[in-house]
Amino acid sequence: MSGHQIEGQEPFDVDDPALTRFDLVREGARRDGVEIVHYKPRFPVPGTKVERRIERSIALMLTLAGVFAVAFVILYIWWPWEYEGGSNAGKWYTPLLGLTLGGSLVFLALAIITWGKKLLPEEISVQERHDGPSAHDEQQLTGATIVNMGDELGIARRPLLKAAVLLPGLGLGAAAVAPLVGGLIKSPHEPDAIFFETGWNPKHNDGHPVRLVREDGTPIRPEDVSTGGQMTVFPGIPGGASNKWADSPTLLIHLRPEDSALAYKNANNSERPPGINGGSQWGDFVAYSKICTHAGCPASLYEQQTNRLLCPCHQSQFDITDNARPVFGPASRSLPQLPLDVDAEGYFVATGDYKVAVGPAFWERP
Amino acid sequence: MKRRKIDLAALPANTGKALDERFQGATPLRRLFNKVFPDHWSFLLGEIALYSFIVLLLTGTFLTLFFDPSMTEVKYNGSFVPLRGIEMSRAYETALNISFDVRGGLIMRQMHHWAALLFMAAIVVHMFRIFFTGAFRKPREANWIIGVLLFWMGFTEGFAGYSLPDDALSGTGLRIASAIMLSIPVAGTWITTSLFGGEFPGTEILPRLYIVHVLLIPGVLLALISAHMGLLVKQKHTQWPGPGRRNDNVVGVRMFPGFAVKAGGFFMLVFGVIALMGGLLQINPIWLFGPYEAAVVSAASQPDWYVMFLDGSTRLMPAWEIRAFGYTIPALLWPTLVLPAFLTILPILYPFIEARFLKDRGSHHLLQRPRDVPFRTALGAMSIAFYMVLVLSGGNDVIADKFNISLNAMTWAGRIGLLIAPPIAYFVTYRICLGLQQHDREVLAHGVETGIIRRLPDGRFMEVHQPLSPVDEHGHPAELPYAGWVVPKKMNRLGALAPAIKGFFFAIEKPAPPKPPTAVEDADRHEVTSGHR
Repeated sequence: MSGHQIEGQEPFDVDDPALTRFDLVREGARRDGVEIVHYKPRFPVPGTKVERRIERSIALMLTLAGVFAVAFVILYIWWPWEYEGGSNAGKWYTPLLGLTLGGSLVFLALAIITWGKKLLPEEISVQERHDGPSAHDEQQLTGATIVNMGDELGIARRPLLKAAVLLPGLGLGAAAVAPLVGGLIKSPHEPDAIFFETGWNPKHNDGHPVRLVREDGTPIRPEDVSTGGQMTVFPGIPGGASNKWADSPTLLIHLRPEDSALAYKNANNSERPPGINGGSQWGDFVAYSKICTHAGCPASLYEQQTNRLLCPCHQSQFDITDNARPVFGPASRSLPQLPLDVDAEGYFVATGDYKVAVGPAFWERP
Repeated sequence: MKRRKIDLAALPANTGKALDERFQGATPLRRLFNKVFPDHWSFLLGEIALYSFIVLLLTGTFLTLFFDPSMTEVKYNGSFVPLRGIEMSRAYETALNISFDVRGGLIMRQMHHWAALLFMAAIVVHMFRIFFTGAFRKPREANWIIGVLLFWMGFTEGFAGYSLPDDALSGTGLRIASAIMLSIPVAGTWITTSLFGGEFPGTEILPRLYIVHVLLIPGVLLALISAHMGLLVKQKHTQWPGPGRRNDNVVGVRMFPGFAVKAGGFFMLVFGVIALMGGLLQINPIWLFGPYEAAVVSAASQPDWYVMFLDGSTRLMPAWEIRAFGYTIPALLWPTLVLPAFLTILPILYPFIEARFLKDRGSHHLLQRPRDVPFRTALGAMSIAFYMVLVLSGGNDVIADKFNISLNAMTWAGRIGLLIAPPIAYFVTYRICLGLQQHDREVLAHGVETGIIRRLPDGRFMEVHQPLSPVDEHGHPAELPYAGWVVPKKMNRLGALAPAIKGFFFAIEKPAPPKPPTAVEDADRHEVTSGHR
C-alpha cells in the first residue's frame, strides 16, 4: 500500500483542477478506510463490437421487461377473470398474470445483473476492519459514567428507597400483565367441565337420551348401517353436527357377528377404569368417539379386514373389537365408547354421555 | 423584485449543499456508498429470505383488504358453484372470495403462500451456510441468536397464516395445536380455554390469530430483521480466506454501484420467481378441501414443509404417557414442545459451547471451509440427518402409500433411523472431511495430476505431476502451506487449457493465446497489493 499512503499523507486539495473525478472518488474512499486496489473499465476502448453486443442484449431484456409489464396490465384489465365452471378462458387468468408479471421481473433482473457484471468496471476494494474492543480509556470513562449514575441516585446508601422502588416496579409490572391475562382467562372447569362433557349428555336434550343423527339431522335405524359398515354420527341436538360440538362426532360401526362376539367378550376387559364399556354395545353395533385420543384429529379410516381404525394425522391405530384400544402409533388411550340403545321408535340413542373424557389427554385427566 | 433564473445544471449540487447544511450527510452518506461487500454465491442465501419477506409484506397487505377472520357461520353464495349453499365461517368465505371474486386475488394469495415457503427455506439454508463456515463465531453470536429467533418467529407466523383460511386443513392443524397446548402440564387446559375462549374451536381463535399474523409477529420480525441487518453493517461481512484477505480487512466491491446493482437485480429475480410460482403453480387450493368440520379429515393431510419435522416427531413418538396421582403428562408434550425447546436452546448456546470447548476467545472474520473443521461439519451433518428423518416421517403415510410399504414399518424405520442415522452421518462426514483435507495437502506437496504417464528407463511407470511451487535442484517441489482456501486440483484451473472462446453461435473475439501455467499460479498465490496499475 506504500505509494498511495504517502500520497494520502500529503495535503489533498479537492479543488485542484488537475484531479480527475476518479481521483476524488479514490480519496473519498480512502478517507472511509477503503482502498480501491484494482479498478479496470471493462471496455477501455469504447464502442467495441463486444460492448455494443452487451448493450444491445441489455436493451432487449429491458424492452422485454417493459412489454411483459404492459401485457400484465392489459391482461389484468381485459382478460375475462370471473370464475365460471368448466374449461374456459377465465381459467388462464392467474397463470397469465404470473407469466407476465414474473416474466417482466425476471427480464428486469437479468438486465440489471448483466449490466452489473458485464458493464461496470472490474473492482477490488479493501476496507480496513477496525475490530476489537474500544480503547481502554474509553471503556474506563464510560464505565465510570455508568457507575456514577448509581452514585448520583444514591440508591446504594438509601436502603429505604431501594426497597420502596421495588413496589411500583412490581405493581406496574403486574398491572401491565393483568388486563391481558384477565381479559383472556377462561376456566376450563367453570361453569361446565367442558373437557369432560360432550353433546351426548342428556342435559342438552331436556334430560332425554340423545339420538344418533346424520350430518343432516336425520335419525338412524339399525338397518341403515350394513354389516361391516360404518357411519359418522352426531348428537341429535340443535347444531349437533356443527363445530360447536367439535368433541362429539362419533363413529357407529356394524360389526360382523364373530367380531361382535369378540367385542362383547373384550368389553369387560377394558382398562382404565376396568369394565367401563360393559353394556355399551347394542346388538352388533358399537360406537366410538371419532376424536383421536392423541391429538384430536378424526380417527376415521376404518379398515374393515383388520377391524382397525386409523387416524390419518399421526397413524395411531385402534382395535375396534377390543374397546378401541390403541395397538400402534403415538396414541396411548382407547377411544371412548358411547353407550348405545334403540328407542321406542326404533332409532339409535345414546343412553348417556361418554364415561371418560374424549379427545387428547391433559393434565387433570385421571 | 428581480426574478432570479434557476441554473438547472447547478441544481443537483445546490440541492446537495442545501441538504448537507441541514443534515450534515456528506460524510456518513459517502461512508455508506463506499462500504465494501465481499462476494460469494453463498452470501446470497440470506438475501432470498429478506426479499421474500418484502414480497410477503406487499402481498399480505393486499390480502388484508379482502379477508375477514370472523368465525360467524354464513351460507356461501359466491362464484364457486360446488360450494354454494354450504355453511361455512366468514373467514373461509372471504378466503374463497379472494380466490374467485377478487380480481387478481388468487395470484396474490398464491404468491403470499409461495413466498412464505421460500422465506422459511431461505432461512434454513442460510443458517446451514452460517453454521458450516463458522460465521456464527465471536463477534457474531448475537446475530446467530437473532437468526434462530427469526426461524421460530417465521415458523409461528407461517402456522398462523396457514390456519386463517379455516379450510379443512387449517382446522385440523389448529385442532392439533390445541391438543399440543392441552399437553402442557398443570396449566394446559387453562391456556387452551383462555386462548380459544372456551372449548375448541370456539369463535375467538381466528380473530386472535389474525392480529397475531398481521401485526404482532410481523412487528417482531421487522424488529429482528432490522437488528440482524444493523449488526451486519456494524460488524461487516465475513469473508472467505484468499489472496489479500485477512482477519482485519474486507475485500470486495463497494456497495454503490457494484453491490447495489447485483442485490437489486437479485431482488427482482426473487420477486419474479415468486410471481411465476404464484401464477403457474397451484398451492393450497382451499376450495377443494371444504370448510373445516370436526368430523372430516382426509388421508395425506400434510402441513407446510417447515412444520413437517414436528409432524414427523409426533408420529414417531411412542405412546409413553405418564400418569401419577390422578394427573397425566401426555406423550404429545415431548415431540411437540420439549423437542422444539431443545432445538431452540442448543443452537442458541452452540457458539458459546464451541468457543469454550476450543478455548477460543478470538474474533473471527475469515470463514472456515467445512472440511477444515471436521467435528463441526460432522455435527451439522448429524443434525441434518436427525432433521431429515423427522421430515420424511412427517410424510411417512404418503411414502408408505406410493411405494407400497407397510405404514407401521415406516414408523419403525423412522424411530430406529432417528437413533442410528445421526451417528452414521457424523462418522461418514468426519471421514470425508479428513479425506478432503488430506487430498488438499497432497496436491500442495506433490502438485496436480496431469494425466500424463511416463515410462522410466527401468521400466516403471509414473504419473507426471504439475507442482504448484518452484522446484529445487532435484526437481522436488517445496511443500506449500495450506491457506484455508480452494487448492487447484485440475490442470485447467492452472490455465493449462486455452480460454473459452466468447460468443454463443459464432466467435466474437479471437481467443487469447494460452498462458504458461506457472505464471497464473504465481499470480494466484501472491498477496494483492495496493499497486494500481
